[in-house]
Amino acid sequence: MPSALKHTLFILAPLVIVLAVLPGVYQNHLLLFNFVIFLVLAQGVNIIYGFTGYLPFGYVGFFGAGAYGFAIMVMHLQAPALLAVLAAGVVGILLGLLLTPLLRLSGAYFAIANLAASLAVLHLVANPALESITKGPYGVSLTGTFNPNSAYMAAVVVLALTVAAVVYLKNSSFGLALQAVREDSVSAAMAGVNVVKMRVLAWLASALVAGLAGGIYAWYVSVFYPDNVFSGEFSIFAIVFALFGGVATITGPIVGVIILYGIYNLIGFTTPQYFQLIYGLLIMGLVLFLPAGLVSLATRRGWHVP
Amino acid sequence: MSPKARPILNVAKLVKRFGGFHALDGLSFHVVPGEILGLVGPNGSGKTTAINVISGLYAPDGGEVTLDGQPIGGIASHRLVHRGINRTFQVPKPFMSLTVRENVQVALSHGRPAVAPPSVADLLDEYRLTELADRPASELNSAQQKMLDLTRALATRPRLLLLDELAAGLNPAELDWIAGRIKALAASGMAIIVVEHLMGFIEHITDRVIVLNAGKEIFEGKLAAAVQEPQVIEVFLGGEHAA
Repeated sequence: MPSALKHTLFILAPLVIVLAVLPGVYQNHLLLFNFVIFLVLAQGVNIIYGFTGYLPFGYVGFFGAGAYGFAIMVMHLQAPALLAVLAAGVVGILLGLLLTPLLRLSGAYFAIANLAASLAVLHLVANPALESITKGPYGVSLTGTFNPNSAYMAAVVVLALTVAAVVYLKNSSFGLALQAVREDSVSAAMAGVNVVKMRVLAWLASALVAGLAGGIYAWYVSVFYPDNVFSGEFSIFAIVFALFGGVATITGPIVGVIILYGIYNLIGFTTPQYFQLIYGLLIMGLVLFLPAGLVSLATRRGWHVP
Repeated sequence: MSPKARPILNVAKLVKRFGGFHALDGLSFHVVPGEILGLVGPNGSGKTTAINVISGLYAPDGGEVTLDGQPIGGIASHRLVHRGINRTFQVPKPFMSLTVRENVQVALSHGRPAVAPPSVADLLDEYRLTELADRPASELNSAQQKMLDLTRALATRPRLLLLDELAAGLNPAELDWIAGRIKALAASGMAIIVVEHLMGFIEHITDRVIVLNAGKEIFEGKLAAAVQEPQVIEVFLGGEHAA
């Protein structure tokens, strides 16, 4: 069996099916929704960081822009929710295009510039002078499209598409070329790979993913402020979850979200007073002992992790 | 090699500056299909800079580089690869976390489109990498990484191959073997430029050498004749040994 089919049948399909039926048996719908959103965002980070090496500290910029793209479509054009979600994806891509010059930077410089860019978008959206378009800092209320069940299913569909994209990257010459670019861009060019084009495509794909997730998030919560959807926590969580599991794999970010976001909620419910302490220690342990993520426990033993 | 063959590569009055330093200062030479040309000279004479400009890593500051008569100065490396230029690096630069097979596979799928790619198994076999095929490149020793660098370059089906100190660090048996491989590639019509410090190796494989000093050509011809040339002796050994 080709490995792309194996990955689809044994990773993508079970994940999507379980998440699609879970709301029927588990009551905390918001928690499930947040899981799905973080699975999408962690895979989005995986696409850009795992396959090209760019660490997107301002990843939330695409998410927030997507949320506001959705809101503007609904508020001003009375668009149906699904169309507004697609528009949110387009907004993510447009912002990605605008920020392509950042790809000239590398390492920490890229991460910082990306963070600054996301703050710039936040302050643009939250500008009181733009109140007639974005409602500025006063937040938006989209009661007309409020439908958590549909929004949840849309999130699961976007997750399926995102994981399918990562399965493609893991099994295609395109994905292999991206990894070559990540390893050494000069050598990749000498292997005939168009380095700039590859980076831009991966960047736009991860921007699209976050834009769609932001649009669906806006649809789900329906009332939000700029600070909510541009919260740096989205970037940090998505990055930490992806790194914790292990990037450049299909399963790493999934495992990372399930374990870390699971623990996050568990200690949040049970011992909130130790929450920051436990979480901080966990992340420090990860960085110190498993810099390549949980999957490296297996790869170090020579096992192949999809 | 026919002396009348049309050059595949022509370099004319090439200039490359780094700040005030002229790494290449009006360098001119050509190479024809099937020829093995040696570039020799002391450290800092501009050999690697010449290779970097020809392979698109640096844009020239003056002069002209043409491939089949078409100017190529300043064209992006991957486009030059598609047109049939490739190179190895003095310090090999494999994709460390990818396997040996994947390293070659990337180049096979993105190489010169005009020529059908050979099979990855044949290439690995030809360059003694079959046993290492599924190991990450980071686990290879430096001689093996050099072979991988060469194999990756060949996987793109080049017509002009630039070898930057490929022989350094190889043992005598490996040197003999790689000399045979390079001659076979040239016999198949590939033009090859070899930058090397090992004079025995250069003498054994090249048809002609260009001696560089301070970014300029100071001699062109057979290596055996070059070592008789006072100016060449002077730049290699210092003034008191000349004449």
